[in-house]
Amino acid sequence: MSREIGEVILDLKNVSLAFGGVKALTDISFDVREHEIRAIIGPNGAGKSSMLNVINGVYRPQQGEIVLRGRRFARMNPYKAAQAGISRTFQNIALFKGMSVIDNIMTGRNLKIRTNLLLQALWWGPARREELAHRAKVEEVIDFLEIQHIRKTPVGRLPYGLQKRVDLGRALAMEPSILLLDEPMAGMNVEEKQDMCRFILDVNDQFGTTIVLIEHDMGVVMDISDRVVVLDYGKKIGDGDPDAVRSNPEVVSAYLGAGH
Amino acid sequence: MLYRENGQFKTSYADDQQIFPIAQDRWLIIGLLVFAFIGVPLLVDEYLFRAILIPFLILSLAALGVNILVGFCGQITLGAGAFMAVGAYAAYNFHIRVDGMPLLVSFLLGGLTSALVGIFFGIPSLRVRGLYLAVATLAAQFFTDWVFLRVPWFTDNASSGSVSVSNLHILSWEIASPLDKYLFCLALLTVFALAAKNMTRCAVGRQWMAIRDMDVAAEVIGIRPMFAKLSAFAVSSFYVGIAGALWGFIHLASWEPAAFSVDRSFQLLFMVIIGGLGSVMGSFFGAAFIVILPIALNQFLPALGGLFGMTISTAGISHAELIIFGALIIFFLIKEPHGIARLWSTGKEKLRLWPFPH
Repeated sequence: MSREIGEVILDLKNVSLAFGGVKALTDISFDVREHEIRAIIGPNGAGKSSMLNVINGVYRPQQGEIVLRGRRFARMNPYKAAQAGISRTFQNIALFKGMSVIDNIMTGRNLKIRTNLLLQALWWGPARREELAHRAKVEEVIDFLEIQHIRKTPVGRLPYGLQKRVDLGRALAMEPSILLLDEPMAGMNVEEKQDMCRFILDVNDQFGTTIVLIEHDMGVVMDISDRVVVLDYGKKIGDGDPDAVRSNPEVVSAYLGAGH
Repeated sequence: MLYRENGQFKTSYADDQQIFPIAQDRWLIIGLLVFAFIGVPLLVDEYLFRAILIPFLILSLAALGVNILVGFCGQITLGAGAFMAVGAYAAYNFHIRVDGMPLLVSFLLGGLTSALVGIFFGIPSLRVRGLYLAVATLAAQFFTDWVFLRVPWFTDNASSGSVSVSNLHILSWEIASPLDKYLFCLALLTVFALAAKNMTRCAVGRQWMAIRDMDVAAEVIGIRPMFAKLSAFAVSSFYVGIAGALWGFIHLASWEPAAFSVDRSFQLLFMVIIGGLGSVMGSFFGAAFIVILPIALNQFLPALGGLFGMTISTAGISHAELIIFGALIIFFLIKEPHGIARLWSTGKEKLRLWPFPH
């Protein structure tokens, strides 16, 4: 493999999150190293999505901190996370339904837009050049994900599997250093899953993007990830490479129930 | 068969991102503009200018402004009439209080004032949405109604709150005849419609639409909701404010606050809903539907009655007009909830394939 796993770039320390009396996450710590594929698994309601939401600042944990490349964030918010190079996809596709595929992916370039509203209204020199330059970048993403044929279709009209791919495209257009994927393969058939796995591995391999991934398909998780965190009822019950996690008795009982 | 794009190959992204990527559309629009600027003045009489064309143009501009906010950014507003009033009265004050103020500059300043007021009344949108926001913007409506009626400074101490302007000119061009007024409105509308189209196909438009469609996801990819929403309020109020100034200065020439009542706000909202939310073209369709249809019905109904040997009383006509108008609105909304603009684009899509639907 060409990529080399580097230093820790994202470190979560003692994160606890509660909604009123419900404890979603309790004192969770784990780290993510540069260029690796890190999976988060666990039964339904274990707090996996909450974990991602904490990382990119949609939820604010009551305790704990996030260290991103040595910078400490006691309070992350989505905008800061985006600026720091974290992008994500959503479990229940959160595309902009009224817009075409191109426009959806173009929104991913938003942070890189420099011209102001007035120039854009006039479609004047810099604004026009900028728009076209970003369009070229977006076309690279479109080529990468093999969705050229649907580029002008409104996303609402696309089948589920393709919508998931567009969702990934929008996240990739940000040129993130860390990509959070919330169940990228949920509800897909085998071929779509294979495609998606290929894209995830390619992103990781070609761009060196660090990937944090939530997934239920154990075969996929064990195959593509470098290290796995296991959550259950908001607590961390396992952490390590796929083989270690697979043979961890606590993990086995969480998945199969106690008296197996 | 004429409407084909065969052979029109795009070799650059600039070609592909034109406003009208299909050559036939481009020619149609250019033709329409030429007709509007040259053909219409030769064909149309004063009554049509005054009663239909000028109101249509001005309300199209206002509807365009409302569409930017409601259609593109998804923030519902019932305060459009208020921003028209702010634009009109602000332009009026700049016009009379500053000596030698050029007409266009006082219009622009009126629009800018309206944009500032729009930003102020847009602040609740950062916290509330939907119907609650509609109520908050309704506050703008009642507030301006009250201010322009009760604070004499704004109306230059006119006792009734009614103000008037006269002797409008740009450099040496006197805007007096209905034709002049029509051309002036048309020119402004063309410029602003083009700017609106540019904004909606650029980054700022995508920010608005992203906030409209899924605000959480928008924030995650680095769009600041505050900037997106308030810029939509500002641009929308600017457009509506300019339209208000035109309505006061050009269409009415003398007006009182009642010209911009809550009825106007509803009328503008209906225009964008019927015309098509989130479509620049839709604003024009909506304005045409609401301005022209009642007048057309008014002319057409007596003739229809005469055909069956009936004479319809004037009151009967105005009642029937309301009934038919209401029924048509309901029909359109059931048949095509996305408005006339969607019917238009579906029609074009079908036409591209016609006569082979697959």
